[in-house]
Amino acid sequence: MSAFSHFSYWVTIFLMIGGLYIVIARGNLVKKLVGLAIFQTSVYLLYIAPGKLIGGTAPIVADGFQVYSNPLPHVLILTAIVVGVATLALGLGLAVRIREAYGTIEEDEIADQDRATEREERGA
Amino acid sequence: MIGEHLAALQVVVPLMAAPIIVLVRRGAFAWALTMVVSIASLAIALALLVQVREVGVVSYALGSWAPPWGIEYRVDIVNAFVLVLIGLLATIGGPYAWRSFAAEVPEDQHYLGYAMFCLCLAGLLGIAITGDAFNLFVFLEISSLSTYVLIALGRERRALVASYQYLIMGTIGATFYVIGVGLLFLMTGTLNLHDLATRLGDVAHARPVLAALAFVTVGISLKLALFPLHFWLPNAYAYAPSVVSAFLAGTATKVAIYVLLRFYFTVFGKSEIFDSLPTQDIFLVLSVAAMFVASAAAAYQENLKHLLAYSSLGQIGYITLGIALANQAGLTGAIVHLFNHGVTKSALFLLAGCIWFRVHSLRFADLAGLARVMPLTCAGFVVGGLSLIGVPATAGFVTKWYLVLGALETGHWWIVFLPVVSSLIAVWYVWRFVEAAYFREPGPALIGIKEAPPILLLPAYVLVALTVYFGLDTSFTVGTASRAAEVLLGGLR
Repeated sequence: MSAFSHFSYWVTIFLMIGGLYIVIARGNLVKKLVGLAIFQTSVYLLYIAPGKLIGGTAPIVADGFQVYSNPLPHVLILTAIVVGVATLALGLGLAVRIREAYGTIEEDEIADQDRATEREERGA
Repeated sequence: MIGEHLAALQVVVPLMAAPIIVLVRRGAFAWALTMVVSIASLAIALALLVQVREVGVVSYALGSWAPPWGIEYRVDIVNAFVLVLIGLLATIGGPYAWRSFAAEVPEDQHYLGYAMFCLCLAGLLGIAITGDAFNLFVFLEISSLSTYVLIALGRERRALVASYQYLIMGTIGATFYVIGVGLLFLMTGTLNLHDLATRLGDVAHARPVLAALAFVTVGISLKLALFPLHFWLPNAYAYAPSVVSAFLAGTATKVAIYVLLRFYFTVFGKSEIFDSLPTQDIFLVLSVAAMFVASAAAAYQENLKHLLAYSSLGQIGYITLGIALANQAGLTGAIVHLFNHGVTKSALFLLAGCIWFRVHSLRFADLAGLARVMPLTCAGFVVGGLSLIGVPATAGFVTKWYLVLGALETGHWWIVFLPVVSSLIAVWYVWRFVEAAYFREPGPALIGIKEAPPILLLPAYVLVALTVYFGLDTSFTVGTASRAAEVLLGGLR
């Protein structure tokens, strides 16, 4: 029972750790961004879930309603979603430019090319 | 009339300039508007500093929603000082940007670059001025996203990778911060930083508050490039356009340090949370590691901008050392260094940009004998380098003086030696430039090279002059910083 009552937190933590793991473990620039998006999504849940009260209504004063859900987390997360979309768009844009410049989006191949450039500079 | 809205205008002016620049799509207009906005920001910041010196705290309720329900802009002496630094560096970077952008950025992207610069300025000023934890996150992301674009404008393809890496690390940092703020919000029901401080007292020992402290600390430390979390910084600074490196080196990490100060002293300061945690020791160890490891790494760099970036990491160590000491003298040293190092490092990056403008390389091998053809640039660089070392009569000395005083106050004599010994490493890396520029025969790459144009040299020299001035007359910097330290320490129990 007590484990289930914290259900939303378990999901949050799973997404958080899973997303962060993908960012660290994957070498593909697009997959990293997918991980980053999952990581950010976990935060949305962290804010939204506790804002909901079972049986609560929108915070409009009216007869017959005593329990209200807090609307503030939703507003905050709307902003955070916009930020997340902007970050993802910019990240993907950079990935496209990197692919144009290097011909690959694999981190280790990019690092190899950079090392080669550095050797050239040192030799020249 | 305008006087009461200064706090809002501080952010709104640069924020509104960005879309106007994008709509007009002309490089010259974009530059002119950026100049106007930067000067206006500096003027507003100075006006706020004057106000704050008289009344203590300026509180501005956005949209007239009274805090803690609405978003509050709250200026005290601490963030007024940071605002002045940002405004100053933006204003000085402005004239420099004209030639620097022309040389390094494709012409059709100029106006976008200036728009991003305005957004970055708005974000940084917003972080410093806001009194709301979530609003701070939004400004953090505004400044970060525009910074990624500015870095990607760099002329080499490595700038793209540097920008991407910074994007990943920066977003992780900002997300950690917002997780921490979320946990604090769950425990207290407020986002106003001052309201948080009073409400945390009741729940300071709850585990989510501890977790919040950890998340905020790691998130902000990523942003300020505290020693083991610094990997994004050197490449980002090295491959960005010159004027961008100079502006970011002086402001971006410094604003993150301000956020750390705000959370540690104003928000968590009143609660008993630090009694059971070894935070001070952790920061002490990491600062010392930064001062020695990053400074030593600086000495082994082949590229001048890489050297400056690693040296920045070491200098951040001095600032966090002052924060770890957490006494009047130490904190004064930290805040003074925040300002002085911002000015010094910006000057050095601007001069490095001057060198690139003529030589088109920043590798030490290509800089041999540079002082014969670019004497003014090299002389300015040496003065800035002396400030990094902390030679008396430069701004860097003032900081170390206060750090040593702060260390003496703690009674741990071994801490006193650390800033002194690590200065020797700074001597080593500054000497590498001096040796290359003054004591080697000019190579074939330098034939026909002239001194950098005045429009580039002048802004850099203004900052070099300030570096010397703030080393001689400390009434403005130390006076403000020591009052800021009093305010921060007054927030403690």
